[in-house]
Amino acid sequence: MTERDDDERPNPDALLAQVKAEEQRANRARLKIFFGASPGVGKTYSMLEAARRAQADGIDVVVGIVETHGRSETAALVEGLPVLPRKLIDHRGVKLEELDIDSALARKPTLILVDELAHTNAPGSRHVKRWQDVIDLLDAGIDVWTTLNVQHVESLGDVIQQITGVKVRETVPDAVLERADELELVDLPPEELLERLSEGKVYVPEQVARAAQNFFQRGNLLALRELALRRTAERVDADVLAYRREHGIAATWPTRERILVCIGPSPGSERLLRATKRMAEGLHAPWVAATVELIGAPPHSAKDADRLDAHLRLAEQLGADVVRLRGPNVAAVLLEYAREHNTTRIVAGKPTHSRWRDRLRGSLLDELIRGSGPIEVHVIAPLEPTEPPPATPMIAERRGLWPFVVAMIAIVTATAIGLAVYPYVALADITMLYLIAIMLASLPGRGPSLLAASLAVAAFDFCFVPPRFTFAVSDARHLLTFAVMFAAGLVISTLTVRLRRQERDAILRERRTAALLAFTREVAAATDEETVAVVATRHLEEGLDAAAAVLVPDPTAGLVAAAGLMALAGQDETVARWAFDHRRIAGHGTDTLPGARVLAIPLVDQDTALGVIALQRRKGAPVFEADQVHLLDALARQTTLALARVHLGAQAREAALRARTEELRSSLLSAVSHDLRTPLAVITGAATSLRDDGDRLAPGVRAELLSSIVDDARRLERVLANLLQLTRVETGLQPAREWVPADELVGAALTRLEDALHDVAVEVEVEQDLLLWIDPVLFEQVLINLLENALKHAAPPFEIRVAREGERVAIEVADRGRGVAEPVSRLFDKFVRASSAPGVGLGLAVVRAIVEAHGGTVTAENRPDGGAVFRALIPAGTPPVTAVAKPAAAEVRP
Amino acid sequence: MTGIVVIDDDPHVRRFLRAALGGHGHVVHEAGTIAEGLAQIKLHQPQLVLLDLGLPDGDGLVVLRALRPESKVPVIVLSARGQEGDKVAALDSGADDYLTKPFGTGELMARIRVALRHSGQTGGGAAPDVIDVGPIHIDQPRHQVTVGGSVVHLTPIEFKILVELARQPGRVLTHRQLGHAVWGATPVEQSHTLRVHVAALRRKIEHDPARPTWLVTEAGVGYRLRDEAPKPS
Repeated sequence: MTERDDDERPNPDALLAQVKAEEQRANRARLKIFFGASPGVGKTYSMLEAARRAQADGIDVVVGIVETHGRSETAALVEGLPVLPRKLIDHRGVKLEELDIDSALARKPTLILVDELAHTNAPGSRHVKRWQDVIDLLDAGIDVWTTLNVQHVESLGDVIQQITGVKVRETVPDAVLERADELELVDLPPEELLERLSEGKVYVPEQVARAAQNFFQRGNLLALRELALRRTAERVDADVLAYRREHGIAATWPTRERILVCIGPSPGSERLLRATKRMAEGLHAPWVAATVELIGAPPHSAKDADRLDAHLRLAEQLGADVVRLRGPNVAAVLLEYAREHNTTRIVAGKPTHSRWRDRLRGSLLDELIRGSGPIEVHVIAPLEPTEPPPATPMIAERRGLWPFVVAMIAIVTATAIGLAVYPYVALADITMLYLIAIMLASLPGRGPSLLAASLAVAAFDFCFVPPRFTFAVSDARHLLTFAVMFAAGLVISTLTVRLRRQERDAILRERRTAALLAFTREVAAATDEETVAVVATRHLEEGLDAAAAVLVPDPTAGLVAAAGLMALAGQDETVARWAFDHRRIAGHGTDTLPGARVLAIPLVDQDTALGVIALQRRKGAPVFEADQVHLLDALARQTTLALARVHLGAQAREAALRARTEELRSSLLSAVSHDLRTPLAVITGAATSLRDDGDRLAPGVRAELLSSIVDDARRLERVLANLLQLTRVETGLQPAREWVPADELVGAALTRLEDALHDVAVEVEVEQDLLLWIDPVLFEQVLINLLENALKHAAPPFEIRVAREGERVAIEVADRGRGVAEPVSRLFDKFVRASSAPGVGLGLAVVRAIVEAHGGTVTAENRPDGGAVFRALIPAGTPPVTAVAKPAAAEVRP
Repeated sequence: MTGIVVIDDDPHVRRFLRAALGGHGHVVHEAGTIAEGLAQIKLHQPQLVLLDLGLPDGDGLVVLRALRPESKVPVIVLSARGQEGDKVAALDSGADDYLTKPFGTGELMARIRVALRHSGQTGGGAAPDVIDVGPIHIDQPRHQVTVGGSVVHLTPIEFKILVELARQPGRVLTHRQLGHAVWGATPVEQSHTLRVHVAALRRKIEHDPARPTWLVTEAGVGYRLRDEAPKPS
């Protein structure tokens, strides 16, 4: 009994879900709903009583919003509880009071009371519905107690309507109800409720009569009470089930059902969704709402598209997964999806159109049932005869009068030819002439086709069908000819229109694919957030005909626009912020902040929001077409991927940088321990011997000790100066550039090294009047370091050469030493030094850093006739013209 | 006996200066802050001030601004390498010279000598008609310059630069101070023009312009005409 095995063993998915749910429950805030069958049963009262008990237990309770409806008993219970001030919203001159969600979040109590979960907020609030505020509060870790009547439960909407005849507009998604950790039924038998009502304890007196008439009828109340009880019982069932599951109690495990419901823009879809929701709940099955877009079909009208969107949103609220499918045939696409996803049931609506249409076009239901195989197909009747979906504009016809004129000319021509050849041919041949004319005229569309067919019938009848030159028809056979003419016109025009639509579709699809491809390619080359954002913004704006911006988080300034010209004003920013924080879509046309101008789409990668796309349509622009929604989806996904990639890249670079810094630090440490300590040791040693034994030392020794102190102090200073210089340049110090004569630079460096070089031969070859675009202080260091390097490692004579070489200036220091042995590039790395000579190998690193900061390069190579040459190449720039007077006689008096 | 006020927040530097200056017969008054320094100057009316630029209670420039223009006491600024901007600011605010830490006693005494000599002169007045610096001989009325006895031909601007530097031999002049002296109150010329003129001047008066003996460049600060040939140490 394999089936039984399945039944007894909790499947891994269920276990995982249970673990996750437990984890979440441990951390997340708790939601408790005081649930009632109708107003007046005492939900608010019960809630307040419980709140007072909680307060007495030392829990931080705050009244977020509680409606007392003027009931004194209730008002008395509120007293003593801290009450959050309400937010006043001015709507068309009427002051409306709402829950102040921002101050509630700021106050952050342990528990907040929010009455009437189904309440619709005043326009201009953060959310459309109060239950959305509650979700925000829960997300912020605040426990919420709230009240709800059974008639406001989304999935029960149409049942309630059947019972009471009242269409309930304020509804709460079932998902919210399921999110509740506790559901407390506040029950009052209908008799007592009616009694309370007549005593005026429920509504303020003047409203009683009207309310009672409409709603508070005993029958209604009984039915509602039953619904509420049943709903609570279901909930208890679910709790029991969860308990069993948690404790591994073998019970009947429901087989894994999976339901697919097919919806469209037709109003009946709402009922389909609710019915499916109930079915899914009964089976504890996940369900999917699918809509199919036909390839080649005309796009939905704005009204239809809106309705379809509303249905899809409703489906989400009811807890369904939503998919948009595309294909040439509704039934085939649905069945394919159903099979791929192990669907066990398909729910479809009962058709409302006549049988003729099915005969002509093929019935969706027929095809579904025929192709369903093991999948059950459920058919659900619409609640009321719905208005037929508005006839979609039949065809995208070529506009203008010209096709009609062509049609007329074609028929006139056919008639003229017919008249000319009439004596020589049979009547059937003339029919052919007309058929050709109709075919030609039908190409542009149905209108011209009908016109051509009518004219053809009339002209043929009048000119050729005996009795000629009357509209009378003597032979019934000709009626068939007329019918054939009409049919030919219709068939051809329909075919051409369909072809044209498919062509247009193909072009659109191709364009979209090309755009996506281009985007993917461009964005793949991007290595930073800003480039990704710029590319994404451009493609979004081009593809969707809307102003767009991509916002990314900035550690200091919150969300900042990385690209996009669109300026985000106050509320738009709030929308973007909300979408980012909650990782849910918000703004224009959605349920959260619908009044905003922009639509904000979060870019979420593995539960982390990486940014937000903000879109603003032009004023009066139509809703997005299905095509554009696909494109938006795809672009958002690609942008997310690109951002994620950039982040990873940045992390990798950061890690590499950290490693390099670490390496630098350790080599710096070893350099410090050796090259700073050695001179210090010499100084300390020499100075202490002078202090302690100065009198006993021979004068020669004393002089030597003193010299070594001075020399090593200087050595220390050079090391420090180099370290300082290197740090400055590498931390981004910009050279303070000036135009400096080359000979001044060389002169200054040689002056500073006067002492060290006083008996060393240095040949200088500097191009006269050459100006260098350099920082004189930094570049002096370059020459000094190169010369000191030569002094340390090589033999004189040294040669300094400065000369312009095309667009660059070469500054060279050459020597007659052993030449360079190490790889030239390594020579300039920090702390690489020739093994025997003293001093940190910082000198050349400083040279390279400074030259590179000037936009130049350094190289070292061996000279063919012995020795090495170190050469810095820097951009020559465009020296200013200086009006230096040619040597004039100083004796000339001014 | 010369009174010198040393304003430096580091006691070790003060100790070294006290020893070195005392050994040369100067009387040293020490101060560690701007406030102390100004008080010491007021109290002792020294002939010279040694001023560190980084002081705990503010920038040493504050001391200069408090002294100038009423007091003409020469001020020598002590600073570190890499702070060329600070040095120029101090010189333009009226400091007489600067010393880059670390410095040797010889260098310190030479600078003090030069500063004291200039303060002895009636500053600001016309330069003497004839100036001799090393081998350079300047005859102002005749607009004639000879180096080692042979006549060199200078342009009027080169001549002005040389005279300005020679009036205060041994003392550094910033680019701005030189520009001001050559082109007047509002020098419109850019510093590179001055550099080009100085380079040309150097080629005329120096034996080896690439390794100048007299007209030396203080990178990032300005120029100095030495008053004596450098002695290898």
